[in-house]
Amino acid sequence: MSSVPHRMPEPESRSTATIGKAVRVVGQIFTKEDLYVDGDVEGTIESHENKVTIGPNGRVQASIRARDVIILGQVQGNVETSDKVDIRKDAKLVGDITTSRISIEDGALFKGSIDIKKPEPKPAASAVAPPAQARSGEAAAVATGAARN
Amino acid sequence: MLPDKLRSIFRRENGAVSPVGAGPRYASPPAGVSARKILKKDGSTIRQSRGLEQFFFDIRDVVGLSVLDLAGANQDNIDFLIDLGHKVYTQDLVRSIDEAFGRDLAEQANASRIEYFLKQNFDYPKDTFDGVMLWDSLQFMSPALLSATVDRLYDVMRPKSYLLAFFSASERVVEVPSYAFRIVDNKTIHLTERGTRPTGQVFNNRNLEKLFSKFSSVKFFLTRENLREIIVRR
Repeated sequence: MSSVPHRMPEPESRSTATIGKAVRVVGQIFTKEDLYVDGDVEGTIESHENKVTIGPNGRVQASIRARDVIILGQVQGNVETSDKVDIRKDAKLVGDITTSRISIEDGALFKGSIDIKKPEPKPAASAVAPPAQARSGEAAAVATGAARN
Repeated sequence: MLPDKLRSIFRRENGAVSPVGAGPRYASPPAGVSARKILKKDGSTIRQSRGLEQFFFDIRDVVGLSVLDLAGANQDNIDFLIDLGHKVYTQDLVRSIDEAFGRDLAEQANASRIEYFLKQNFDYPKDTFDGVMLWDSLQFMSPALLSATVDRLYDVMRPKSYLLAFFSASERVVEVPSYAFRIVDNKTIHLTERGTRPTGQVFNNRNLEKLFSKFSSVKFFLTRENLREIIVRR
């Protein structure tokens, strides 16, 4: 198996959008694929089911929402992930983090709060709440075992 | 007031002195300064901390607290506090002092810079924190900055919350090591020196009591490294 550099993730050739270091974006970014930011972004970045990587040249003044966020550059803004935040050495983050897991390397600068929110377990298909304990309007959804995902 | 000689004997035997006038408000943890100290090959030190032990003792049995750690973000401290179920706020206060004032202590008397420093580092709503871990950062502040910072801490800490701080016990202003502090467990810390810097003033029990006079109590622990570890209750 070939070794892939771990510390400086490059954008994957498959299904990764890239904002290069000469690019500046002001506004809202929504993406349904992984995103690699090595330029300047001001606004918001949302990629709920995917990974957002702020490269070493990335300068982001934005809130970021994604499945995973890896920071090698500078971010000023809140970061919210459903899975993991990874702050690498020489990165700088000023903002609040909401995540399930966090990793911070020595040498990284972080100023803000960390709120760990473990993902809620998906309801089992066979489990049905007793109708008496469900509020009206919710009983139908519970009885059918409907799940969003 | 106890004569100095008697106080020093009492301090050596017990390792903790409840300051005269403050009155003991809590049962003291078991007496004795731990002799356990490990020097690592990289020059860092692992030692037990009575102050840290008291701090976690005081916030025991409660989850979901908001704790401000001013040691600078590191994985060990974050993991430890998160595993206790708390929300962590983190920053490197000593680094922030350098960014706001440089290394010249005289710059710390500048009122507008003090205000800027407080805005950058303690801009939180009233009664935000249940615990604040200042480590050694306060000892590098000159009187004006220190007083303003302690006043702001009073505002952002909840009633009955706790603050942990370390001060050099030297009887004159000296250059002392500045450390990076990592929590090993509820009573053990790993210290890595990150240079030396002058203390802002001489710290003794009396002037520390005066500094925290708005708070409800101050508890002192003296370490073998000639450091005062204090727990202050809001």
